[in-house]
Amino acid sequence: MKKNFKVVNNLTPSVDGKGLMQGRSAYTDDIAPANALIVKLLRSPHAFAKVKNIDISEALKLPGVECILTKDNVPHVPFTRAGQGYPEPSPHDKYIFDDYVRYVGDEVAAVAAVSEEIALEAMKLIKVDYEVLEPILDFEKAADNKTTIIHPEDGIHEMFPIGFEPKRNLAAAYEMEVGNVEEELKKSDVIVEDTFYSQAQAHAMLEPHTCHAHLDEHNRLVLYSTTQTPFHVRRIISKTLGIPVEKLRVVKPRVGGGFGGKQAFHGEMFVSLVTLRTKKPAKCVFTREEVFGSTYTRHPMRIHLRVGATKDGMINAIDCRTLSDTGAYGEHALTVFMIVGSKVLPLYNKVKAVKFGGQVVYTNHVSAGAYRGYGAIQGNYAVESIIDELAEKLGMDPIKLREMNSMKEKETSPIFEIMGEGTEGTAMIMESCKLPYCIKRGRELMEWDKKYPVKKVGDHKVRSVGCAIAMQGSGIPFLDMGSCTIKLNDGGSYMVTVGATDIGQGSDTVISQIVAEELGTTMDKVIIYSSDTDLTPYDCGAYASSTTYISGNAAYNAACKMRERLIKEAAAELQVKPQDVEFDGKTFVSGEKSVTLDDLSVGRLYNNDTHQIAVTESYHGQVSPPPFMAAFGEFEFDTETYEYKMIKYVTVTDCGTTINPALAKGQVEGGIVQGYGMASSEAVIYNSKGKLLSNTFDTYHIPTCKEVGELVSEFADSYEPSGPFGAKSVGEIGIDTPPAVLCNAVYNAFGVRVHSLPITPEKIFEAMKAKK
Amino acid sequence: MLVKFNLNGLDVEFNVKPGEYLLDTLRANGVKSVKKGCDGSSCGACIVVVDDKPVLSCSVLTAQVEGHRVMTVESIQEEAAEISEYYSRHGADQCGYCNAAAALMIHALKKENPNPTDEEIADYMVGNLCRCTGYHGQQLAIKEYLGGKK
Repeated sequence: MKKNFKVVNNLTPSVDGKGLMQGRSAYTDDIAPANALIVKLLRSPHAFAKVKNIDISEALKLPGVECILTKDNVPHVPFTRAGQGYPEPSPHDKYIFDDYVRYVGDEVAAVAAVSEEIALEAMKLIKVDYEVLEPILDFEKAADNKTTIIHPEDGIHEMFPIGFEPKRNLAAAYEMEVGNVEEELKKSDVIVEDTFYSQAQAHAMLEPHTCHAHLDEHNRLVLYSTTQTPFHVRRIISKTLGIPVEKLRVVKPRVGGGFGGKQAFHGEMFVSLVTLRTKKPAKCVFTREEVFGSTYTRHPMRIHLRVGATKDGMINAIDCRTLSDTGAYGEHALTVFMIVGSKVLPLYNKVKAVKFGGQVVYTNHVSAGAYRGYGAIQGNYAVESIIDELAEKLGMDPIKLREMNSMKEKETSPIFEIMGEGTEGTAMIMESCKLPYCIKRGRELMEWDKKYPVKKVGDHKVRSVGCAIAMQGSGIPFLDMGSCTIKLNDGGSYMVTVGATDIGQGSDTVISQIVAEELGTTMDKVIIYSSDTDLTPYDCGAYASSTTYISGNAAYNAACKMRERLIKEAAAELQVKPQDVEFDGKTFVSGEKSVTLDDLSVGRLYNNDTHQIAVTESYHGQVSPPPFMAAFGEFEFDTETYEYKMIKYVTVTDCGTTINPALAKGQVEGGIVQGYGMASSEAVIYNSKGKLLSNTFDTYHIPTCKEVGELVSEFADSYEPSGPFGAKSVGEIGIDTPPAVLCNAVYNAFGVRVHSLPITPEKIFEAMKAKK
Repeated sequence: MLVKFNLNGLDVEFNVKPGEYLLDTLRANGVKSVKKGCDGSSCGACIVVVDDKPVLSCSVLTAQVEGHRVMTVESIQEEAAEISEYYSRHGADQCGYCNAAAALMIHALKKENPNPTDEEIADYMVGNLCRCTGYHGQQLAIKEYLGGKK
């Protein structure tokens, strides 16, 4: 299977790295029309209220105000902003503007004016008459709440059964069981039980959500957006605003980080409507406060676990009850919830019974949506913490317990078949799973045996270690599709167009490498253009760790087809049979005869038998091979203040072939530090009225370079037969382990377990007090 | 009001509103390499160099740079390309939104302290938030870049 790669798996600079560091205009706001109307959103000051009346008459009189959109003058069609395929597994529970506002920051009106100052001034002149209602700010009190129904409105609906019961404040619900968990627990020698809470982490990508629209010379609406899903944006705008798809073009320029936060809709609907009404370009750039308080967060969860095992350490049964807070709207409610189970529980595939279920509730918090890890980080925190609890109760080494019970190559889990993307899943065997190696190698790299569980390193300083294992997926089987067109230019270079969405993760580079490898050429001969609904073929978008695997396979298929096509063209040129032609990427040779790609490409455009050589191929996943990871963290704690810092974080990852080893390392390390932020410092604070207070980089602390210790990131030698050149995904898995690793290290340092994130010194202090 | 300053070696004159920030003036006049990442002087994406010192252009009034030298990444194109090679070797070029500002910081660090320790690099770069890379690759790249220049 493996071969000596020339471009793939080699140190290859990003195709756009230099240009971006040199400051080229590339991001959405950089290329906005200078004369665009500025769109600002008037947002609810109340966590829950009925909008009785909106008076825009005074605001409209202000010179420079061009358009004001409210519930009284926009289409009233329920949709979901989730940015998923069709039909969506998220409920259609959102109107562009509604009679209710459901969180502090919900949209009430959009004002378009010739300047930001005028738009802001006009917002002050809009009079909104609210009937303030009692909000639900505690997600454990949301289901079947006696006083408040957050979505009482008519017309909202699910696209297929997801357990949507808005009158009970349920966005979704789910139950599954393999075997009989209660019986297996009864038979177990040892049972551990615990509950873990995780918070509404913010994506905090550096580029705020931005979009702008204009009408082109065909009077088509052209929308530029910082989106991860341009084709879904086109479809959803078309359906919601009643514009034919052919009247829309959606372009994703360079995106400054997404992490799931740009999968969904933000300002797109508003700028589109403003441009359609005024015929003028319109732009909407979210403020940082809006990015925090009016986009999406990770779903906060409560996860209750019961795990039973034999006295020699074989895990018999896992019961996982989960409650998830989707906030005001149900974007990704069911699917994130299911990933808690489906991308965590199969790690322990030797169990005789496993049960997973619970509810996803509406609250009057900022809406939750897609976020890197997508439920797996919440599940990993809980499961990988309780595995340590089980090891302690059994008196076993926590690594040995994991080695005994975790997934191995050629094995499977029944969960794969049962749980999919809001529906049934797909059975699959692990054709590549180097998890045992990852655990063994990580243990060595961390020098675990010297450091576990804790060492005193000063008067009031100790260093402890913690570990966790993780898995993710590679796209959504039978749903995700990517495609790729390759066109031959004169001179023998290739124009590659893909729908795949580079949001900073480097997919333009990875796809170019795959094409260059298969066509035997060099990176400078591959030009890539991505994510433009007019000019590139379809792709579902950048989510679910799908790009390298799904879009990469599409690029691989297209490159294979192009190779085949070129050989046919050369055979015709040389008047030989295709099977007699050899192609090394530069020259076609058949016996004594030869023609260079350069000559062939020029000839086909200018001389004999002229025609354009181009191919398009797609890829539709049949399986979703999981990447695996073992992670080991070392932290130094102050035994008086409980302050701590990361000393070292070791990961060994099996993501199949690393198409671009440097970018793969960047994905892993970026994920770890984002996960470490969630584990350690990213506290989400609401006031008693439901206003988000942690809504700036000063009040919501993402890690800086000072908080990161030494990161040691290795990859296992692995080859996934279904992936392009053996690759699996690597975009999400890095984020999964830090909460459990830190939680376990805190336990190893102090003998206390912190049951909620982030794990702050205050919480360790409280736990120590409770212990005494 | 009319403000005159030197931008990347050229004397420029911009008509600005009183209270206008340098970030907005630069972007409004086509200097798109300077990015806006927050509204609170806390992300570092808008950094420019004024008289050899890096400053947050979102927190400097344009009127304050009257008569001063303002430098953006446009004036260190070759150096930025070179730094990028070190970044790419360590997987540190991802979304790129903060990279032009980082290049200016590294340029300024090299002038101020050509042989920094790891801690001095971290102290200098602490204000440049990055959500993509996890910083470790950046730190290695900067160290290697400065080391190679010795």
